Amino acid sequence: MPFMPDLLWTDALVFVLLAAVAALVWHVRRHEHLAAPWRKVARSSSGMAAATVLAVFVVIGIVDSLHYRPAVGVKDGKTVYAVEVLSVLDAIAAPLRARREKTYSAPLATHLYSKETMELPDGRQAREFPRLKHGGSHLKNPETDLLPDIARRVLWGFAAGAMLWIVLAMLLCAALARSGNINVDQAWRAVWRGETDVPWRAVLIMLVVMVAAGGPVLALAAKYHVLGTDKVGQDVFYQSLKSIRTGLVIGTVTTLVMLPFALLLGVMAGYFKGWVDDVIQYLYTTLSSIPGVLLIAAAVLMMQVFIETHPHLFETVTARADLRLVFLCVILGITSWTGLARLLRGEALKLREMEYIQAAHAFGVSHWRVLSRHILPNVMHIVLIAVVMDFSGLVLAEAVLSYVGVGVDPTTISFGTMINSARLEMARDPMVWWSLVSAFCFMLVMVLSANLFADAVRDAFDPRVRVARPFRLAAIKA
Amino acid sequence: MISYVVRRLLYAIPILVGVNVITFTLFFVVNSPDDMARVHLGVKRVTPEAVQKWKEERGYDKPLLYNGAAAGAKRYTDTIFYEKSVRLFAFQFGRSDQGRDIGYDISTRMWASLAIALPVFLLGLVAYITLALLMAFFRATYVDFWGVVACVAMMSISGLFYIIGGQYLVGKLLNLVPVSGYDGGTNAFKFLVLPVIVGVVAGIGASTRWYRTIFLEEMGKDYVRTARAKGLSELRVLFRHVLQNAMIPILTGVVVVIPLLFMGSLVAEAFFGIPGLGSYTIDAINSQDFAVVRAMVFLGSVLYIIGLIFTDISYTWVDPRVRFE
Repeated sequence: MPFMPDLLWTDALVFVLLAAVAALVWHVRRHEHLAAPWRKVARSSSGMAAATVLAVFVVIGIVDSLHYRPAVGVKDGKTVYAVEVLSVLDAIAAPLRARREKTYSAPLATHLYSKETMELPDGRQAREFPRLKHGGSHLKNPETDLLPDIARRVLWGFAAGAMLWIVLAMLLCAALARSGNINVDQAWRAVWRGETDVPWRAVLIMLVVMVAAGGPVLALAAKYHVLGTDKVGQDVFYQSLKSIRTGLVIGTVTTLVMLPFALLLGVMAGYFKGWVDDVIQYLYTTLSSIPGVLLIAAAVLMMQVFIETHPHLFETVTARADLRLVFLCVILGITSWTGLARLLRGEALKLREMEYIQAAHAFGVSHWRVLSRHILPNVMHIVLIAVVMDFSGLVLAEAVLSYVGVGVDPTTISFGTMINSARLEMARDPMVWWSLVSAFCFMLVMVLSANLFADAVRDAFDPRVRVARPFRLAAIKA
Repeated sequence: MISYVVRRLLYAIPILVGVNVITFTLFFVVNSPDDMARVHLGVKRVTPEAVQKWKEERGYDKPLLYNGAAAGAKRYTDTIFYEKSVRLFAFQFGRSDQGRDIGYDISTRMWASLAIALPVFLLGLVAYITLALLMAFFRATYVDFWGVVACVAMMSISGLFYIIGGQYLVGKLLNLVPVSGYDGGTNAFKFLVLPVIVGVVAGIGASTRWYRTIFLEEMGKDYVRTARAKGLSELRVLFRHVLQNAMIPILTGVVVVIPLLFMGSLVAEAFFGIPGLGSYTIDAINSQDFAVVRAMVFLGSVLYIIGLIFTDISYTWVDPRVRFE
């Protein structure tokens, strides 16, 4: 086999999460009362536009979660696989990953950012900016050819993007026409005037923006470093793409980890009251009285000690970095379940006095069944709102934690590590700004769309629930 | 009232014990002191003697919970748990792994933390509430709509970028104040301006939106309609009625952080080079100084619990309905 699939811990968790989401979608589609609020989400234009952006990020994240180890040769009749773990995204973006420069280079530059001593053709030595090995290396005469070449590629990118957009818009109209029993022309007109139930116009406008930005960038990325290179000469655009997965993993897997605790303990505390309530309340009051960053810092420090003193447990560098990411998610989960548990306890306290629960008791329904059939489904909206609201906070927290030194492994590419390495060059004159600006843009787009989507979900499911911004996340952000 | 406070203080004791047990477990049970010593001395080439010496110097060579070799009460006091954890209750933080007196470090560094955290807190409170009231006054107009849009956009930006942007714009481009550093006395002012501004601006998005929701929720209540029906002006309704009644939810979120102001902000202090407790913690994390991190975790929880008690007391001032019997 030319490669061996490699399932990292985070991959496994991501796929568990995807399976859970798929099961949820299947379940919701079969129950009208569950589907109704989701249809309300689908009617919000800002929510749908944000969902479009998030979908693209999620696709990139999933492609980046399919890991494998390529074969490097045959030894004693057995295939030997590389120690380096790659993802499908690495394979797609192989040119981006492989084209390393010596050090910093500005976006779309043809020359390095620092001077080097070079030998001139006539034998003299001079300090000059050397040509890049890969960025713009196809140009014979960069001074005159650079701008026309860039302009041509941007136009090509626009054209390709426009084609893609037209195909997508036509597919959409065809699908709408089929389901609505109208012809394609009518469907298009309805979309264009914003008369459709789901705001497809907002989605299409968002897609225009995305292909207009993405097409030229991809066209340029074939021959240039669109967002420059970092200190060791790695392409910043590639780093930004890789950071997306780290952000998504932190934002979602953390929730996956903390949800069972919060659900079980929160609902049990509210439902059983008495000593169960006392014990659970004591547990979460104690945990939440330790300031979030400090608890995370202490736990991560201890995890570092464990990893350093047990090096034999990890086969590859990637496996070690990956396990550290899982640990980080677990630690973030442990520190952040308290807020949700408190909300659920309050709700369960209210629900247990409702008539239908009393009726269930009168019929002799067991506690376990009352909890799972009657209480749980009725607190799910709170859980959902808390989950989508937490996501953006967690993505932001990752950057800060990595900066403090208790975040992801330094070898993991994430927004935090990007900012952290770029920060060291702030004092340089002229400033190396592109790593910071790229991290800023990618993070802003991701967090902003997550926030907008979360708002749409909250409005649809319960406009009255005021999910308290968890104090600890707020503290990490500042 | 006094009996209530006393009861709350007593209630804080089991929580602090819990915090203490958690930190003890984290720092001494998850990893043995031997592991810590090895990390400090370098994992590979390290002799058992060096590990032993490192532990003896820092008092980590004792048994964890029970010392069978000692006599009498010493069986329980001559242990790591007593020496390192129980003593925290008396605020005896002991020495850091580098050998410095943690208690002294904390008492000298907390004023620098306070010097930036307090102005950020006070100015921020005034700014956010003013903005939120403004948005509530212009509710359901374009001012409100674009205000919310701006808030969502601002809260989507990582705090790190506010600091970086502020340093670049004010410190480097305009050259108004030093980018980082600190000085005692009145000289501190020029170093504090930038961190304070950045701190306030960074919080605008999330906080203003939060206060706006509180105000709007209050404005939907019956007493507001009554006040309007009496013929009161909208401004008077906002300031006399809405603002006062919104104090309860505001206090819940605000009072609790006041004691924590002493701890400062980790990131801002590190970026601006302010020698407060935040940068102290960051330095400890980077040099893996477990004793300091342990002390800070405990101190943080103590301050947080004090904040909770303050919150409960402050309710009596703003809400006469709250009685503590």
